[in-house]
Parts: sequence; C-alpha cells; structure tokens
Amino acid sequence: MLEREDSPTASPPREGPAAVSAGAAASGDTSRSGFNRRDFLRGSGAAIAATAAATAAEDAVAEDKPATVVPAKAVEIKLNINGADHALKVEPRVTLLDALRNDLSLTGAKHVCDTTNCGACTVIVDGKPVFACARLAVECQGKKVTTVEGLTAGQNVDQVVAAFVKHDASQCGFCTPGFVVAVKAFLEANPKANLEQILKGLGGNLCRCGTYVGVQAAALECAGHGKEG
Amino acid sequence: MAERKFAWPARKDTTLIGREIPRIDAVEKCTGKAKYTADINTPGTLFCRLFTSDQLAHGKIKKIDTSAAEKIPGVRAVHLFKDVDDEVRWDGELIVAVAADRDDIAKDGVKAVIVEIEQLDQFVDEADLAAGEKAGRKQELGKKNDGDVDAAIKAAKAVHKGKYGIVTISHMCLEPHGAHCQWDGDKLDVHLSTQNVSGTGSQFAEALEIDAANVTVTANYEGGGFGSKFQADEWGVACAELSKKTGKPVRLMLDRATELKVGGTRPSAFAEITIAGDADGKITAWDSVHWGTAGVGGGGVDVTKLPYVFKFENQRAAQIGLACNVGPNRAWRAPPHPQLCALTMMPIDDLAAKLGMDSYDLFLKNLPQVSNGKEAVYADQMKIAAQAIDWKAKWHPHGKAPEKGPVKRGLGMAIHTWGGGPGACKCTVKVHPDGSVETFLGSQDIGTGTRTILAITLAETFGLPLSAVKVNLGSSKYPQSAASGGSITVGGVSGANRRAAQTALWQIFDKVAEKYKVAADGLVAKGEKILSGDKEVCTWKQAASLLGPMPLEVQGQGPAKDGLTSDTVGGVQMVDLSVDTETGVIRIHKFVCVQDCGLILDEMTAKSQVYGGMIMGVAYALTEERLMDNKTGRYINANLKDYALSRIGDIGELVAIMYQPDSEYERGVVGLGEPPVIAPGAAISNAVHNATGVRVPTIPLTPKRVLDALKGAKA
Ligand code: FES
Ligand code: FES
Repeated sequence: MLEREDSPTASPPREGPAAVSAGAAASGDTSRSGFNRRDFLRGSGAAIAATAAATAAEDAVAEDKPATVVPAKAVEIKLNINGADHALKVEPRVTLLDALRNDLSLTGAKHVCDTTNCGACTVIVDGKPVFACARLAVECQGKKVTTVEGLTAGQNVDQVVAAFVKHDASQCGFCTPGFVVAVKAFLEANPKANLEQILKGLGGNLCRCGTYVGVQAAALECAGHGKEG
Repeated sequence: MAERKFAWPARKDTTLIGREIPRIDAVEKCTGKAKYTADINTPGTLFCRLFTSDQLAHGKIKKIDTSAAEKIPGVRAVHLFKDVDDEVRWDGELIVAVAADRDDIAKDGVKAVIVEIEQLDQFVDEADLAAGEKAGRKQELGKKNDGDVDAAIKAAKAVHKGKYGIVTISHMCLEPHGAHCQWDGDKLDVHLSTQNVSGTGSQFAEALEIDAANVTVTANYEGGGFGSKFQADEWGVACAELSKKTGKPVRLMLDRATELKVGGTRPSAFAEITIAGDADGKITAWDSVHWGTAGVGGGGVDVTKLPYVFKFENQRAAQIGLACNVGPNRAWRAPPHPQLCALTMMPIDDLAAKLGMDSYDLFLKNLPQVSNGKEAVYADQMKIAAQAIDWKAKWHPHGKAPEKGPVKRGLGMAIHTWGGGPGACKCTVKVHPDGSVETFLGSQDIGTGTRTILAITLAETFGLPLSAVKVNLGSSKYPQSAASGGSITVGGVSGANRRAAQTALWQIFDKVAEKYKVAADGLVAKGEKILSGDKEVCTWKQAASLLGPMPLEVQGQGPAKDGLTSDTVGGVQMVDLSVDTETGVIRIHKFVCVQDCGLILDEMTAKSQVYGGMIMGVAYALTEERLMDNKTGRYINANLKDYALSRIGDIGELVAIMYQPDSEYERGVVGLGEPPVIAPGAAISNAVHNATGVRVPTIPLTPKRVLDALKGAKA
C-alpha cells in the first residue's frame, strides 16, 4: 500500500463520529457511572438485559452530571496550500481535511471513512502522500500542502488527471480526487512502476463504483507502459 | 414530403454514437472542481452530527435531554427525530441531530446529549429460520407451484438437494446520504445527494408543510447511490428544519457508521433447494424454500421471480420473511436479482456436478427453458465468453483440478437478465441563433454518464462537435425526469432528447429549404454543415441564424414506442480463479462479462458500467457483508476497515465484451447499469465449486466460509 505519512497503524486513534452511544441507556460515559457495557451486552436474556439497562440508567443519571466539554481554544495558523499562504483560525483538534474543506472550501479531498481506510482525503504534504483525515491542521504549519486543486494550472491539467480522463477512471467521481493525488504521489516515488507495484501501491484507496480498471490503465500509462503495460 | 420519423441514424452513418468517448464532466471530477452535496459550503454553513441508537437494536425511549448540549458555545440548535415513549427498532436509528458552527463542536454536542432507552427483545439472526420462528419473527409470504414437482423429482435421473445463502450488504455510498439546506424567506434551496432530483422537492414540501413551488432541489454531482438515494429522508428534512430554526445554511451528512446502518441494505436470502434433471442435463424440477430479511417489516426476496431467468415445467417455491431489528433495506443495484441469480445458478451448477457434466453444457442444454426470450442471445454470448476465458481447454470436472498442491483452479459461470426499459423524461432542447445547443432536464448524472450520452445524442443529431452542446441537469426547476434507478435513465433521457432534437432539426431544415431553394427532404446535418446529398447547402451557423433573434425551443418527452428504445437484456459471466485450500483465500485470474444492451451511445462509459458492476460483484462475492451480533443486535462492522470492499489488487483481470451485432443497434437504447452486477456472486461461487468439488453454501466466500465448507466436506 502506498505509504502515507499517517499510516493506519502510525496514526493516533482519533475519535470517531458520534462517539457517544445509546447502548447503556445512553447515559454518556459509562466509565463514570461504573456501568460496564460489555457486561450488559453479555447478559443472556433480553428481559434481564432490559432490567439491567434500566437500573444502570437510573444509577448513571443519579450520579452523573452531563459531560462538561471544554474544547481547546481556536488558534491562528498559517497553511501553505498549493503554493499560497492561507491564514485561518481553528481549534487544535481540527483535522487538515476539515480545515481544507470547511475553512478554505478546497473540497477536492473528500471526507469518507475518517479512519485512514479509503484514501479519499489524500493530499501531499512536503512531497509525501498523507491521509488528511488523520492529520491535524496545526501540525501542517510550515509545510507545503498540495491538494488535487493544485494539479491544475489554468487550462492545463496534470498528466495524471489527463490519463484519468482518457481511461474513464471516474464514475460518480467521489473517490477520484483522492485517487488522482495518490497516483501522482505514488508515481513520483516510483516513476517506472510496473503493474504489480501499481496494484500494491494503490491499495490504500477505495472506489465503490468500481473504477479500478481505468485507474490501473491511467497509472500504467503515466508510468510509461502504454495500454497493455 | 416523405414522412419524418423518430429514429437513430443508420449505424454506418454515425460519427459519435458507439465510439469510445471520455465523459464530458471527467475533468471536473478529476480535479476536485465538481461540487457534491457534501462540498456545499455557503458562508455561515453549520455542521451536524447525529445521536443514534448506536449499539442498541430495540428499545423504548425513556428520556431525551439535550439541555447540556444546547449550552455548549457554538451549538446552534438541536432536532429531535424521536420523542419519549417512541420505539427504536434497530442499531443506528436517528434520535437527535445537533447543528453547530463547526463539525467538532457538533460532536461535542452529541456527547452531551442524554438519552435513556429501555431495552426490548431484539432479533437479528436472519439466517436462522428456527430461531426466527421461536422468536415469533416468522412470516409466511408468497408461494408458487407449477406442474407436478414431486412426480418430476421421482422420475429424475439426478436430484440435488442443497443449502444456499447470500447475506445482507449495505450500499456503502462513498458520499453518504445528506443535504445542504438554505432558506431565503419562504424559499428553500436544497442540495441533496440524490438519484431523484425531480421527485424529492415535493417530499421536502410535504414534510415541512410548505408549497412545493418554494423548494428547489439541486444535485449536480452525486457520490454514489446504487438505489439508496431516492428520498428526502428524515435527515434531509431535519437539515431543512435546523436551517429554518437557526436562520443559517446547514449541512447534514450521515457519518460513516450511520450511513452503513440506515443508508440502505440489500436483503438477505437463505434457501433449501432441490433441483432435478434428466440424463442429458435438462432440468425437470425445482423446489425451493427461502427466507431472509429486509428489516423490521420482514419481507425479503420476491418469490415470484424464483427460479431466476429459467422457467421449468415443474417448479415450486415458497418465501418466508423474518422480521429483524436491522436497518431498512433499499433498492440495491438490480434488486433483487443478485440474490435470485445466486440462489438459482448455484444449484444448477451443483446439478451439473451430480451428472458429471461440464457446467457450460448443462447451461446450454437448458437455454430453451429461459423465460425472457433470449435463448439465442445467451447461446451466442456463452460462446463468446467461453472463447475469451478459454473454457473448453481449461475445464475439468468438479473437484478434479489437476494441480497437485493446495491451490486449485476452477471455472464458473452464470447468466442474468434485466429489463432496463426507458424511464419517463421531459426535456427542453434549445438551438440558439449562433448555432450553440443546450438541453434542460431534471435528470441526474450519478456516475453513469448521463451528461455524456446526452451530449452525444444532441451533437450526433445536429452534426456538431461535443463542445457545441451544453447539458443542463441536476435541478428540480428543469423539466421533470424520472429518478435514476433500475437502468431506466439512459434510454429515457436519450429518447426524449433525440425526439426534441430531431423535431428542432426538421424545423431548421424547412427554413434552409425555403432560403436556399432545396428540398427539405434530402437534407442532412453533418460536420457543422447542412448537406443535400453530398453538396453543402450552408454551414450550421448560417442555418441557425435563420431562426431570427430568438432561440428555437422544443420540448421532448418519452418514453414512446417509436423504436428509439426498448428493453430486456441477457448477459453471461465466466470466472477463472484459484482457491488456496489451506488458507481459504480465493484469487481471481480472469473474469469475463459478455453483455448486450441494445444501441450503445458511448462505448467507453458503457464498458465502465460493466467493469463497475463486476467489481461490486467481486466485493459481495468474496468479502463484503453486514455483520450483526446476534446476541446484542449490534451492527459490528459499520466502518470501512471491517466492512471489506475490494481494492484495486483484488479483482484480477476483467474483460468486458459488449455484445453488439447489428440486431442490438437496431433495437435502440436499453439500460445497462444493473445487469453486470447480478451474476458475479453465482459465477464466482460456481468456480470455487469447480476448483474444489465443494459448494461453499453462502456468499460472500470469505476464507472462513471456504475452510468451513472444505472441512465439512471431509467430515
Ligand atoms: S477519509 Fe481519510 S482515509 Fe478515508
Ligand atoms: S467513482 Fe464512485 S466511488 Fe469511485
């Protein structure tokens, strides 16, 4: 798989979306209520479990105040993206992906899995491909960030984009910007890659529509192997 | 004057139709310029996160308290999907949405929400009929019975009885379901990730109790739907309400886990099937009972369509539904043909093994029993596919792979069918006095190439380059068009646009005839010129200028029975793969699809549809499944790490062969999106059967299932 700066194993675990579950009667943080959801879920009969849930919920509510959440204050940062400096103010916990998409409206990189499993958010940081969903914006100060938007200059598009167009490597297109950037970064590191290397190197990107045949042809062409590789 | 008829140009006269033409919106998609609903970011947009019944399958809500959430700085509003005493019926059901200045703050808000739920009995074990019955979740659904099944089984030379299954999967659209809503007074602008631009505005209006005329739905791009995005949905309506409440634009997209749980699933089907045949391999009897679930309502795979493609003289089938506490099903690409195909083609292949026959020969032998009139097409397609995969040279009897080591190679095949007739479409085609052309229609391009095939249709009709044509779609303010589902779009929209364009062209021909004193009858538009025979009469621009100061506008509609479109396709798939009998890992070497689809407008995007279907098929055949924890009712792999889709190195060599004799061109356009996704499960399972001599009963054929089946066969 194309090694990104933040590989699935290297990246610190980050909170998934909607992290609070309703499982244990949704009292919020189960550790504070002393109620262990695992035990609860192990309960054999549904009737017993239901009682357990109700009791635990009452306990939890009796003991707990709702969580007081104090996020770290937003800070002013400067990001260099596609050759231009951008000033923005974000909380330290904001990902590079959210900063790009929500603060700068650079929406080419997509938010799909949030867990470094799909590659839709791939951007290039200091020459290396990165999952932007697993990188904080504040970390990227002083670095050069290239997004898919940076692969177009006026009417001219990058060779990888042209090859994607020619080989119909996009259907719905939602995975495509991430795939384009991944191919670009991969070929920069492996300019003469063969088919086997390409298939391995691009394994970090997912496409639901099934554009892999086109992506493969595009990558092979850019690696100088023409149609058949 | 000779009668003017709607028709496609003769095949030999086309310049664009049927060529390999890159999609016209490819650059937008590949450069990140294409804006999807998830990308709409108007100033001040708020972000939403959802509190769901995460990890709890069934219960009754006792308390909802959002007060702490609402006090968090940056949280602007909450929306309740449920009230106290409401039931939650599956893991992931929506309870509260929180809208905030930033996504992370919305997450904080969700964390501060308190919901108490009293747990109730849940049942999710859709494969276990006995358990379902015990839990009171069983529904007897349809039955059918033709001929005398028992007598035919008794008289048969070979009888095979087996268990089969194909599990529930999710749609897993990479762009989740969601909306961006913005009000301007009493007018509502919705960007919606939808396959149904024309049909969803009224759904918003009804839910919000406003005039439908005040709602505009826009979807210029959509990041995958596959049948799951036809509705406004409760979260879309919540987005509009949160926007109203806050006076700000709001974007609400489902998070990945919720997308998997509630964004749509394909129902499961498990079956006990008996199939019988005579000594030559003619299938003489079919007897099946199948069960599965489409959600809390039970339901499942429609019994009337089983057995699939074939109609046998003696056949009996019964359907049982199991009401399960799982997220609701939605149409999943070619519903429910992949399940029907798997349940039918696996037993057929088993019967071939029982008779010691080459599966190809047995399928061929039974083609006279297909029920869609495609016998000859299938025979042709089988021949082409077999040649492409070298079937006759590679075939060995089931379980008799010549390889000495643990890795065994095998071949499998299956056939499929789909309707794909044209959907309803209205459009307005405009020819401007400067010669440029555009069309307006409330259809959508969901990755299937709608824009591109429309540009081809118009450019071909007017004899123009693609660049002279503009396609406007994706807005509910344009003339209404059917939702894109069931492979009805390309036929529907190309037919309507061809009609409008031919009508416009005839009007222009009349003006040219009058001005240049030539017969209108013999005129042709080609190469940006109007020709009479081989002689140039005038340029296209000169012709268009005869319109005067105003553009010519023509409405087109359809479907119509004028030969521009038709329906019903066949299709054959063959797979060559290896099974490692020590690890259970399957490796696809070559996967061939031969597919008919009438007249092809763009061979390149058509092939992409076929590849896409095959690749989705490899995923659900080998790895993809919704995993429910039977004990707790949780959806345990609702993320892109554990819900395993195929990656670029997992698919082997794919070969898409478009079946295109002149007879196909002559029958007009037929939809193509669904067919290629139907047969992969069956074909791959059959190839594993051929390689190992063992049927892995349930799709997907994960390594564990393969090893279990091999072990079971030895025992
Ligand atoms: S969104 Fe970052 S890898 Fe999927
Ligand atoms: S093109 Fe749709 S997900 Fe890849």
